Amino acid sequence: MKNQLPNTPKARKGIWVLVLIGLAALVLAPVSPAQAAAGSFRLGLVTFLSGPAAGPFGVPAKNAAEIIVEGLNNGTLPAPYATKGIAGMKIDPVYADEAGGTTRQVSEFRDLVQRQKVNAVIGYISSGDILAIAPVAEELKTITVAFDTGTTRLFEEHSYKYVFRTRPTATMDGVGAARYLVAIKPDLKSVAGINQNYSWGQDSWRDFIAALKVLKPNVEVKAALFPKIFAGQYGSEISVLLLKHPQAIHCSFWGGDMESLLLQGAARGLFKKSLGIFTCGETAMYRLAKQIPEGTVLGARGPFGVYAPKSTLNTWFRTTYIKRFKTPPTYPAYVMAQAILGLKTAADKAAAANKGKKPTTKQIIAAFEHLKFEGPGGMVDMARGHGHQAVMGTAYGEFTMKNGKPGVKNVKRFAEDLVNPPVGMTAMAWIKGGMKVKK
Amino acid sequence: MDTLLVVLIDGIVYASWLFVVAAGLTLIYGVMKILNMAHGSLYAIGAYTAASLVGWYFAAGYVPWASYLVFIGGATVVGVAAGVLVERGVLRLMYGSDEVVMILVTYAILLILEDLTKLVWGVDSYYSYQPYSLLGQTNIAHIPFANYDLAMVGVAGLIGLLLWYGLNRTRRGKILRAVIHDREMSSAMGINVTRTYIITFMIGSALGAIAGGLTAPTLSVAPGLGIEVIILAFAVVVIGGLGSVGGAAFGSLLVGIGRAAAVQAFPQIELLVIYVIMAMVLAIRPQGLFVAAAARKI
Repeated sequence: MKNQLPNTPKARKGIWVLVLIGLAALVLAPVSPAQAAAGSFRLGLVTFLSGPAAGPFGVPAKNAAEIIVEGLNNGTLPAPYATKGIAGMKIDPVYADEAGGTTRQVSEFRDLVQRQKVNAVIGYISSGDILAIAPVAEELKTITVAFDTGTTRLFEEHSYKYVFRTRPTATMDGVGAARYLVAIKPDLKSVAGINQNYSWGQDSWRDFIAALKVLKPNVEVKAALFPKIFAGQYGSEISVLLLKHPQAIHCSFWGGDMESLLLQGAARGLFKKSLGIFTCGETAMYRLAKQIPEGTVLGARGPFGVYAPKSTLNTWFRTTYIKRFKTPPTYPAYVMAQAILGLKTAADKAAAANKGKKPTTKQIIAAFEHLKFEGPGGMVDMARGHGHQAVMGTAYGEFTMKNGKPGVKNVKRFAEDLVNPPVGMTAMAWIKGGMKVKK
Repeated sequence: MDTLLVVLIDGIVYASWLFVVAAGLTLIYGVMKILNMAHGSLYAIGAYTAASLVGWYFAAGYVPWASYLVFIGGATVVGVAAGVLVERGVLRLMYGSDEVVMILVTYAILLILEDLTKLVWGVDSYYSYQPYSLLGQTNIAHIPFANYDLAMVGVAGLIGLLLWYGLNRTRRGKILRAVIHDREMSSAMGINVTRTYIITFMIGSALGAIAGGLTAPTLSVAPGLGIEVIILAFAVVVIGGLGSVGGAAFGSLLVGIGRAAAVQAFPQIELLVIYVIMAMVLAIRPQGLFVAAAARKI
């Protein structure tokens, strides 16, 4: 039997439809990098644009990326970022959604690098995603900057050439919370924890309680609860905490889980009886101001958001963000801004060393390692992980309502060496060794 | 003693919430033999509707106590409308398909409704805590409980009672039970099975949306809300027996009290407890606790 196409009017119509679809696809397809302007820097930006992490983290991060990219392209940022673009090139952002799990993220990353031909990727809120992406970034030889994920495993268990992280690890959050708690409650005798039952929650509690045991060896742990992530209903957990009545409750919940716990806890007076320490609490302080009891300890996972020190850059960032999005920027916005500015600083430095010509990936990496640069949250020092991991100091404070506006009081700042392990030491070894600070 | 009492109250409160979520799911399966994955989306739509209505209502400064009528009523109306749209728009075209195919169809509807929810309400979370705190607290066993949570027990009881009465004491309910028992014979006896399907799906969808509406004041209404809930609801329905409203009530109590006890005594295995209960029930009675084993039709 001959294998030939049927020559009926219906078949001919079908072929024409296919040809038209093909032509339309060619016309509408994204401009390939070869076609893009020679002077552009294609930047992949990956953050949660859907799912439960989009509202509290992904969207503020994308918002920050939008205003920073726009500001850099127009040259409207204050010094030291007044020069246009990245290494003189206009930034061409390519946004991707981080939702969907690690397998999808690896595919998305390959797509960004191999099809979209990005020059670098900034992204990743989930620890699982960055741990899966890092080896692929090495394989594809693409500079990848982790902007928000906090897992210590990224550089404690591996050494990467192309991967950088421009925010400190989660160790800083736990150690900072323990130091703050002891500072405001010197007679602390008991604590409890409620953290999500996955690596983030488990690691956060592990770091916090290990640090607290160093500072207050006799502290009693009244309960360590690990409800399922996105559980939403915490009635039983709140009862346990009310019955055990610890002096303080450590919580690393984020997003909807944190907000639900705050709502349900408020209805039963939980955080009036026991002091709540929310390491990610800053993201909820504007939205749930009426539900957070006075004095609740809030963290911003670094000197970000309400804890960001005054500077020209911070003022520009806050003003521009509030003007555009009608709400103050929370810490995910700060860390995204920090990542873009870190990459720009490295690329600009590499371009300057290259006599103004477009720097190569190797030159940008060399400039990025051990870099010190300014972010809206203060100075960032790429001092750990062989120059690939940032350290900063941190801050904690107590929630307060002043003249009907949410804010923080009794803010305490901890220098970077007080809350981060020194070079060549793992976080747990440093904490268990007494969190000694090198003179 | 205090701890035991607290476990019991927490367990019953959690079970009430689970029952309200699972009742619609099991009713739809019982009558239509459709394991409705989209139930989670109807729950989410109910929650978003309630949260929006509460936000609007309190911003307008109306009498706070009437807010309950507004958000529960609103969630019910939206649930009924969504149910009719799904049933008339998609499901009726698929009747007669294999049960597995129907699971895939309803899963597709769940994904579509999830995206639709995002289109309408965006990805930011919504709060509607005013009705939650309005009812105040009651001290039991020396700790405060939110009266709203305690009221959920009454609401679940009322829904259970209405379902029981409707199914067992009304003409329409008897028709429904006849369809549950044997849809072909019912059809042969002159019962309008299609109309029964529409009414059942409408009631089931409304129950899902009401569950979401009632839950909205207690939490942050955010994307993904419905998917989390549907897994738990399935566990409850499987324990009680697919299609049995009484089974759903008993399954909810078993899961609720089991989970509350685990959180108090062994918090590490809190989640495991739910699925251990399910596995044990399935090992002993694969058809669930409240459904008699039936001969398979050939």
